[in-house]
Amino acid sequence: MFETSSIIVGLEVGTSKVCAVVGDLSDDGALNIVGLGQARSRGVRKGEIADPSVAEEDVRQAIVEAEQMADVEIRSVYLGVTGGHLRGFNNRGVHPVVSADREISEEDVQDVIKNAKTINLPAENHVVHAIRQHFLVDGQDGITNPVGMLGARVEVDVHVFHGNLNRLQNAIRTAKGLQLEVDDIVFNGLASSLALLTNEQKELGSLVIDIGGGTTEYVVYANGIIKHMGVLAVGGDHVSNDLAYGLKVPLSRAEQLKLEHGTASVDEGVKGQTVTISNDLGLPFKIINLEHLRRIMALRLEEIFQLIGQDLEQAGVLDYIRAGAFLCGGGSRIPQVARLAEQILQVQVSVGQTNSISGLKSALDQPEFATGIGLVKFGSFQQRKRVGKGSLAAGLKTTIGQIFKRS
Amino acid sequence: MEQNSPTQKAIKPLQNSLLIKVFGVGNAGISVMEWMIRNGISGAEFAAVNTETRSVAESSAAKKLHLETKLLRELGTGGDPEIGQALAEEHLPELRAACEGAGMVFIVAGLGGGAGTGISPVLARAAKEAGALALAFVTTPFACEGGRRQRLAQHGLEALKAAADGVVCLPNQKVFKLIDENTSVLETFKITGGMLAEAMCGVWRLLAQPGLIEIHFADLSALIRERHSESFFAVAEAMGPTRSRDVVDKLLAHPMLDDGQVLTESDALLVSLTGGPDLTMAEVNRVMERLNRHCEHAQAIMGAAIDESFRDRLTVTLIAARKVLERPEAEGKMASSQEDLDTQLLTRMTVGRRGSRFVPPPPSLPQDKMEQLLARQGTGSGRGRRGASKLKQTQLPLEIVAKGRFDKSEPTILRGEDLDVPTYLRRGVALN
Repeated sequence: MFETSSIIVGLEVGTSKVCAVVGDLSDDGALNIVGLGQARSRGVRKGEIADPSVAEEDVRQAIVEAEQMADVEIRSVYLGVTGGHLRGFNNRGVHPVVSADREISEEDVQDVIKNAKTINLPAENHVVHAIRQHFLVDGQDGITNPVGMLGARVEVDVHVFHGNLNRLQNAIRTAKGLQLEVDDIVFNGLASSLALLTNEQKELGSLVIDIGGGTTEYVVYANGIIKHMGVLAVGGDHVSNDLAYGLKVPLSRAEQLKLEHGTASVDEGVKGQTVTISNDLGLPFKIINLEHLRRIMALRLEEIFQLIGQDLEQAGVLDYIRAGAFLCGGGSRIPQVARLAEQILQVQVSVGQTNSISGLKSALDQPEFATGIGLVKFGSFQQRKRVGKGSLAAGLKTTIGQIFKRS
Repeated sequence: MEQNSPTQKAIKPLQNSLLIKVFGVGNAGISVMEWMIRNGISGAEFAAVNTETRSVAESSAAKKLHLETKLLRELGTGGDPEIGQALAEEHLPELRAACEGAGMVFIVAGLGGGAGTGISPVLARAAKEAGALALAFVTTPFACEGGRRQRLAQHGLEALKAAADGVVCLPNQKVFKLIDENTSVLETFKITGGMLAEAMCGVWRLLAQPGLIEIHFADLSALIRERHSESFFAVAEAMGPTRSRDVVDKLLAHPMLDDGQVLTESDALLVSLTGGPDLTMAEVNRVMERLNRHCEHAQAIMGAAIDESFRDRLTVTLIAARKVLERPEAEGKMASSQEDLDTQLLTRMTVGRRGSRFVPPPPSLPQDKMEQLLARQGTGSGRGRRGASKLKQTQLPLEIVAKGRFDKSEPTILRGEDLDVPTYLRRGVALN
């Protein structure tokens, strides 16, 4: 009965694929990936569910595959969410220290966090994450834990990430429709960054860009905290669509051309080169100009990075990125994409690796799985917190509570 | 500007009590006007103009102008704008007299029929002769009403553009975006009529209502003069504490504005805010800030008015106008030949999307080259023109493909750009 609680499942319902990752959290706190299931996604556009019944079918397939591989029964998942409606901003909470000796207590810290989290948002918006950043004591910045310090006023910054409740519910309902409990919803970009970045990189300042099928997520860390997060509802699908339109080929063919001949930049050598594509019978069907193909692709990718760059500049976080940018998601497989990003963002860019996790190494070290692994990692943090905090009685209570909830 | 100086002189002393006359022309026009009368627009004078006896007689307008000759036998024009026009020319002095004393004349008509199409241009001319600024608010017919009516409407629109100071045109076809399967015919016409009336009320409020930020009549005339090519309008209303945010969201999502794309392309913008006495400056600021972000290059005039009955409500009326670069004024006036109509028809329908394909090229042309091209276009033979219209015709289906797989999903709009449209099209990169 108690073993099941150490199984953590991350479920990402993406635009191009549904991916379920099963992690096993051992008693000493080590996380091990034991299962992986994936299915082609058909019911999702731009990261949001467009056809619930088809999406449900795909999710089921991925879950079943993961269950078989890990030999466990999946009851609850950490669900990844994304979509163009998600937005983030920073909010500051203030709290005066009233105790006679001016020592900041645990309660003061709780209060200031509570203040920072009270945000005036429209009723239809739901806060996905409210991530604590640094504390300020009497204006002194960069304090991670002010308990025990002396001061008159304590402040804290919180990065609030919110989205439209109904649209978030769509993804949750798909999972619930399969009798899966949703432990928590997690922003896909945040999950990817957890999978890719080491503590050192977070401390130094890094940018993670997850170029998915329908959306591109980005997260900026600096000084060990999340500075900024965002989503752009443009991804690999758009590249394929542009190619289909520009080269006048069917979408499936465009997808294939993208994978086989696509690069992120146009070099001079490609001028005049062509690719012949054949029809089902193996006869030549159409001649495609390779330069056009790459130009269309390069322009789209360029635009994605430019838009991200603009947003980061607006948020004033571009200068914090000292460890460089890390790419993941299917889009990071495009040849020369890192170089293109480097030119535009003016930081060092590389394709990220999902390190700091053990198990199924070869299968997992692929940029597409960063989000799924990150979800499991997020889950393991939550689990550890829960175990660490609660007493035995409380733990028992929640476990029993969960049993009732499931049945 | 010089020609309208007498108008301004006449207006200035009575800035607050500027007299507006509303003319409902033809059956459609009269019914929209009736709508306005019923909804209690006070301070304007209404007049019904038609060739049919019945609709004029039934109208509740203060002034009734019945254009009549014996030839018609009280039956109307029978859908022939030439008869309408001839009648109007005949009664020109009468029309001019009716416009006398007004600072501004609103002409409401449904184009495509006989009366509205024929009379409105003449009326606009009469209004201008009488020293008033003529603003026309017209609808063009649904596509299902047949090609003839469409052509006539287009014809009338051209004539009206040449005659009036400003034309706000609502293609009925666009209303399909606003209605659902179950909307009845009656309701649909009510919606189009309502929208026209709303646009008129917006302009009227802008000028006549006591304002937080008043708009000068001269500003308005300077803005709309010479820009009567493409106007779009949208009205949005919101209530509650977050109204200033909601109202802009609604505006940007408005089907008439093609999700804010129109705003990016427009170069003149008129915004009229109406709120209750509780309207705050911060709210006005918030609305304008967001709208301005969408159209940085546009010349915007803004007015904020207070209406006692608008407690807790905020209405924003927005009229966006765009100068057509490819076809300057001189040609616009003579662009009434038959060949040109077809191209006009097509460009009008695709107007919202044209940005993706057509906006980038024009500025890159040097002035002399442009003139040369335009001259060639203007004097071109009939064959040349037909060729051009064919070329545009093929673009209609292609425009639809541009969004391909994202056709049905919610568009990704960032700073007024539709990111679902291929980047190379938006940036105007040519693939040869």
